[in-house]
Amino acid sequence: MNPLHTALWGVLPYVVTTLLVAGTAWRYRYDRFGFTSRSSQLHESTLLRIGSPLFHYGLLFVVAGHLTGLLIPETFTERIHIHEWLYHANALAVGGVAGLVTTAGLAVLIYRRLRVPAVRAASLRTDRVLHPLLVVTLLAGLAATATTTNDHPYDYRQGVSVWFRSLFTFSPDVPVMAHAPLVYQLHALLGMALFALWPFSRLVHAFTAPVGHLFRPYIVYRSRGARGNGVGRVRR
Amino acid sequence: MRVMAQIAMVMNLDKCIGCHTCSVTCKQTWTNRSGTEYVWFNNVETRPGQGYPRTYEDQDVWQGGWQRKHGRLVPRSGGRARRLARLFANPRLPTLDAYYQPWTYDYGILTDAPLGDDVPTAPPRSLTDGRPTAVTGGPNWDDDLGGGPEHLAGDPVLKKMSDRVRLEYEQAFMFYLPRICEHCLNPSCVAVCPSGALYKRIEDGIVLVDQDRCRGWRMCVTGCPYKKVYFNHRTGKAEKCTLCYPRLEAGEPTVCSETCVGRLRYLGVVLYDADRVGEAAATPDERDLYEAQLSCFLDPSDPEVARAAEASGIPHDWVTAARNSPTYALISTYRVALPLHPEYRTMPMVWYVPPLSPVVESLTATGHDGEDPAKLFAAIDALRIPQEYLAHLFTAGDTAPVEAALCRLAAMRAHMRRANLGEEQDPAIAASAGMTTASLEAMYRLLAVAKYEERYVIPTSYAVTGPDAADFGCSLEGEGAPGMYDPEGFHAPPAAPPPAEHAGTSLRDRVNLLNWNGRGRPTGLFPRRRGES
Repeated sequence: MNPLHTALWGVLPYVVTTLLVAGTAWRYRYDRFGFTSRSSQLHESTLLRIGSPLFHYGLLFVVAGHLTGLLIPETFTERIHIHEWLYHANALAVGGVAGLVTTAGLAVLIYRRLRVPAVRAASLRTDRVLHPLLVVTLLAGLAATATTTNDHPYDYRQGVSVWFRSLFTFSPDVPVMAHAPLVYQLHALLGMALFALWPFSRLVHAFTAPVGHLFRPYIVYRSRGARGNGVGRVRR
Repeated sequence: MRVMAQIAMVMNLDKCIGCHTCSVTCKQTWTNRSGTEYVWFNNVETRPGQGYPRTYEDQDVWQGGWQRKHGRLVPRSGGRARRLARLFANPRLPTLDAYYQPWTYDYGILTDAPLGDDVPTAPPRSLTDGRPTAVTGGPNWDDDLGGGPEHLAGDPVLKKMSDRVRLEYEQAFMFYLPRICEHCLNPSCVAVCPSGALYKRIEDGIVLVDQDRCRGWRMCVTGCPYKKVYFNHRTGKAEKCTLCYPRLEAGEPTVCSETCVGRLRYLGVVLYDADRVGEAAATPDERDLYEAQLSCFLDPSDPEVARAAEASGIPHDWVTAARNSPTYALISTYRVALPLHPEYRTMPMVWYVPPLSPVVESLTATGHDGEDPAKLFAAIDALRIPQEYLAHLFTAGDTAPVEAALCRLAAMRAHMRRANLGEEQDPAIAASAGMTTASLEAMYRLLAVAKYEERYVIPTSYAVTGPDAADFGCSLEGEGAPGMYDPEGFHAPPAAPPPAEHAGTSLRDRVNLLNWNGRGRPTGLFPRRRGES
């Protein structure tokens, strides 16, 4: 186990997590006004209406797939009699399609951002890093998914997933990750880069997903006195 | 009964000359920042016309306001789950083309051009991307019926009327309609906000956007049937008319009212029963919505109402102000003011006295005495076309309330002419409009000679006091927020593409970790300790 692997799979995840949590907390505390999706739909709607739902809905499936693959141990799925080949066929089909849909959506969005002058002008500085990073992360992920069609595929649920879960017990299983195929290592690194960039880019809008909308009354009343946190609501 | 107070506005359309002073002063005050070039909290439309943004009244397209579904009110754009499902791209968001592409002129060429035979010109430049552009639309492109029948045909209100009516109508009359946010009792923009950033203030009913909670989902732009919530494309936040609340809180009228040349705006407190609003807004027949909304308003001179108001925490001076309110008088006592598009079921609170002048003018044009009561009443009855148009604007198509309001205005004119000329009084004139001579004269005073203090009866603000009540700060502060502006940056031609800065890079007293060189503790990284200056 060389020091590089220890740094990448033993130290970096914690650095990134700290950056993500502290950065988001700092941004929320000092720049709540900056928490927005920075939508450019006002400038261009047609392409956005194709690209954005493709990208976001695809991404929701991708995220759900990652959570299942990383958090649910293989022993659990075996106990409920889901065979390894069935699990992987499902992951390949659903994950592959979701990944392709997300990539297609992102391609439309990037085309739009580069070719529509008003949208291009409205882009943020972080977008120049964020969009390429999203592309390479997605491509690495798709490549990793594609490798599972091999005759002897790498079982990430006994590799990457074990490492991922070991992070939460503060005893990172570095060797497992060090032996993972390069494409998985690359995907994990790019993912960490994405999390590090998260608090400082438009990605923060994902943390403010308006789930509460489903449960609140339609009309919100607030008192002049209650600003910010003290939201006075009257049910009707 | 749950009494709530609302600052309502009434505009007397007879007096509007379409000078746009309200729009311009409002813009200078609130929306002269980059990102809000196309934002007009106040605009003046020529009717018939398409309005701003173009054809905003066509709710089949824009899906604003509420609709009844199985007896319950649901935003026309759909319920909560449906809205969240469309979060990633709002299918009913008007793009800048529905408003206009903001532009400026490259004035530098005028002064920097070398000596030559040709006179230098200032070519238009887009304010969104800085590139040369062609001006194809503006905030009042069809002002004074500009564009002619081609533009007129796009008027969604005219489309509700028959073709015959449309052709006759074009020769009949034209009037101006100044519009601000309606500060509705049942605001659909508030209802559709996924983040819950829009809210109605309990104290005075003003509908505001909490800039710190807004996440730029843009649903409010669709939800508002009047299209009076705008999206700041630079900050990514929704912004709307604030009813100049910092001025109202100090007892002063809004900027648009203060600067109105025709003195046609009235501001005053209206008390209403908040428990009745939901039921009234869900009235089955949309033609009954005007009456339903009237039934929500409470008579402030009723001691029962005054007691209930004070029990609800409304201060005594607000109840007193409600008794002297010019808006309550025009809306409920004289019933000459009507709501704009009650069929949207939002219970709007900016009401309009419909214009009688066009009727008088068309009567005069045919050689008759435009102020002879008998002829005027007959003309109101005969001029079905303008009436129908006004009814589609103000009473969901029911001409009776419009006719009644116009008749009251006509009776007032006829009566006051007799009084001014020293002719014999005829109580029959007042009676024919269902009023008395005294109330006609009181209404005349309010509509014609009311002074500043009578037009704007605004009690100063009261607040729910708390331990930190004195330390509110201004919720409109923050880079690019409505309370801030950069006098140099606005309408200056962007030479290069405008600097699309990260919202977090230049905040005062705040630190940007991306620029931190790692040495020492940057000031502003942590909140100040108590006692530290």
